[in-house]
Amino acid sequence: MDKLHQKTLTELQSFLRDGECSARELAEHFLQRIDADDQLNAFITVDSQRTLEQAKQADIDLNKNSGSALTGIPLAHKDIFCTDGLLTTCGSKILNNFVSPYDATVVSRLNTAGMVTLGKTNMDEFAMGSSNETSYYGAVSNPWKIDAVPGGSSGGSAAAVAAGLAPAATGTDTGGSIRQPAAFCGITGVKPSYGRVSRYGMIAFASSLDQAGPMTRTAEDAALLLDVMCGFDEHDSTSLRQDPVNFSAQLDKPIEGVKIGLPKSFFSEGLDAEVGDVVDTAIKTLEKMGAIIVDIALPTSELAVPCYYVLAPAEASSNLSRFDGVRFGHRAQEYGDLDDMYQKTRSEGFGDEVKRRIMIGTYALSSGYYDAYYSKAQKLRRLISNDFDLAFKQCDVILGPTTPSVAFDKNAKTDDPVAMYLNDTYTIPANLAGLPAMSLPAGLSPQGMPIGLHIVAPYMEEGRMLNLAHQFQLNTDFHRAFPEAYV
Amino acid sequence: MTISNEDVQKIARLARLEVSENQAIKFSGELEKILHLVEKMEACDTASVEPMTHPFDAALRLREDKITETNQRDKFQTIAPATQDGLYLVPKVID
Repeated sequence: MDKLHQKTLTELQSFLRDGECSARELAEHFLQRIDADDQLNAFITVDSQRTLEQAKQADIDLNKNSGSALTGIPLAHKDIFCTDGLLTTCGSKILNNFVSPYDATVVSRLNTAGMVTLGKTNMDEFAMGSSNETSYYGAVSNPWKIDAVPGGSSGGSAAAVAAGLAPAATGTDTGGSIRQPAAFCGITGVKPSYGRVSRYGMIAFASSLDQAGPMTRTAEDAALLLDVMCGFDEHDSTSLRQDPVNFSAQLDKPIEGVKIGLPKSFFSEGLDAEVGDVVDTAIKTLEKMGAIIVDIALPTSELAVPCYYVLAPAEASSNLSRFDGVRFGHRAQEYGDLDDMYQKTRSEGFGDEVKRRIMIGTYALSSGYYDAYYSKAQKLRRLISNDFDLAFKQCDVILGPTTPSVAFDKNAKTDDPVAMYLNDTYTIPANLAGLPAMSLPAGLSPQGMPIGLHIVAPYMEEGRMLNLAHQFQLNTDFHRAFPEAYV
Repeated sequence: MTISNEDVQKIARLARLEVSENQAIKFSGELEKILHLVEKMEACDTASVEPMTHPFDAALRLREDKITETNQRDKFQTIAPATQDGLYLVPKVID
């Protein structure tokens, strides 16, 4: 009981059900840990009074036996999700005073399930970054090594879960922003199929790629949250009409005979040997458990990063035009005419990485360049997607490393945007193709840094992926590893 | 593709960003590097490929044309930088 912060959601569920602890005790435990930590900078906003009020209501529901399976369980939200009456910054100065007047659908679904919000987690500004160093609210540290980055853009969520400041958190993933920080911090992170989870109230970065998902200790916990997060939402024009999901019920199938595809190109140039070794061992474990290994090819995925750095900035340059200092957020103090007000507001409010991406996107969409950049990238996107269709004729899931390296040190890549972008080499293809993908802990490097195993499944086949991950976690204990300083 | 400081200023202007001369020098180098990465796309022949605009080629959903939302103007304007009589205030556009 004294190590509540190391427990899984499933374990906390049974504590609450059996009356071994109350929702209030749980909330207080995590609030104290958040308060006591002065290293990670994982949270931007914490409102403990609000948290305790939610916990109080959860206890009432639990005592009446009227709650849901998740009633009373605390979680943190990435600060990209609008939360009614609570500051929502998206990691940017331009939203440093934005108290959202409504809840994102993800937030309201989890609230309705009785979950207790611990606070809003730090992130790269507008989710643009792979190290959490672009946040206006300061960098986040990696609980496994304070000098290292936690990954990004959902770095605050990943660090909070890894360090036991929250038992679970929400994240968003446009090119790897759930899976890469999950890998760097040694937790489990899932990006669902595009359209599964509503994007309503989730501040848009690249709308054809963005997808929300859970960040947890285990695949079993991720399934629990996904069962609530997924579902049709009329407020999101690309939300899928889908039957209610029950991924939790699909975890127990034996994995004997499951065909695992390994793309050779994901195990070659650019992959650090220490990562490759750990991932190889994980694959051997799955083989021993009865999985069958198949060689596959994803030839066009080599061009996924260039393709992404046209499409995502293009969509961002359009999405971020709404931040103009008129209806909400920061407005410059001094300005002349309307254009000057827009320009001063946006120049003060956005950081350099956001400006770079807006400018790349503006350039790619501008007259005379559209075909060479935007249209070309959309064609490549189709080829990348077609590669997956072909590959999934030979295998059930695709496996590989989540990242080419373990978490790097802060400031190591801040001066070289392109080097930073290459972090997402293995994760971007799934976003372009709209496929579900996840990262789960595969072990530690010789220096004790977490390494992630990446799984991609066919469209809408989250259940298959979570099943494999859960079975792996039943046979290994990498997901139980906890950073020394936060035990 | 080379990006001059003037190109940066032009793009910034289109994007309603203000960029100082010093920043333009920094950005021009960085944008050039990013475009250099992006131009690797040219290695792949896409002549007969249909552009993919979206992860699944679904048409946008239509809904019935009826009022579904309530008026929350006051609530939304409490977070606006400047309002008056239910209107958002901006610098004068037309004399």
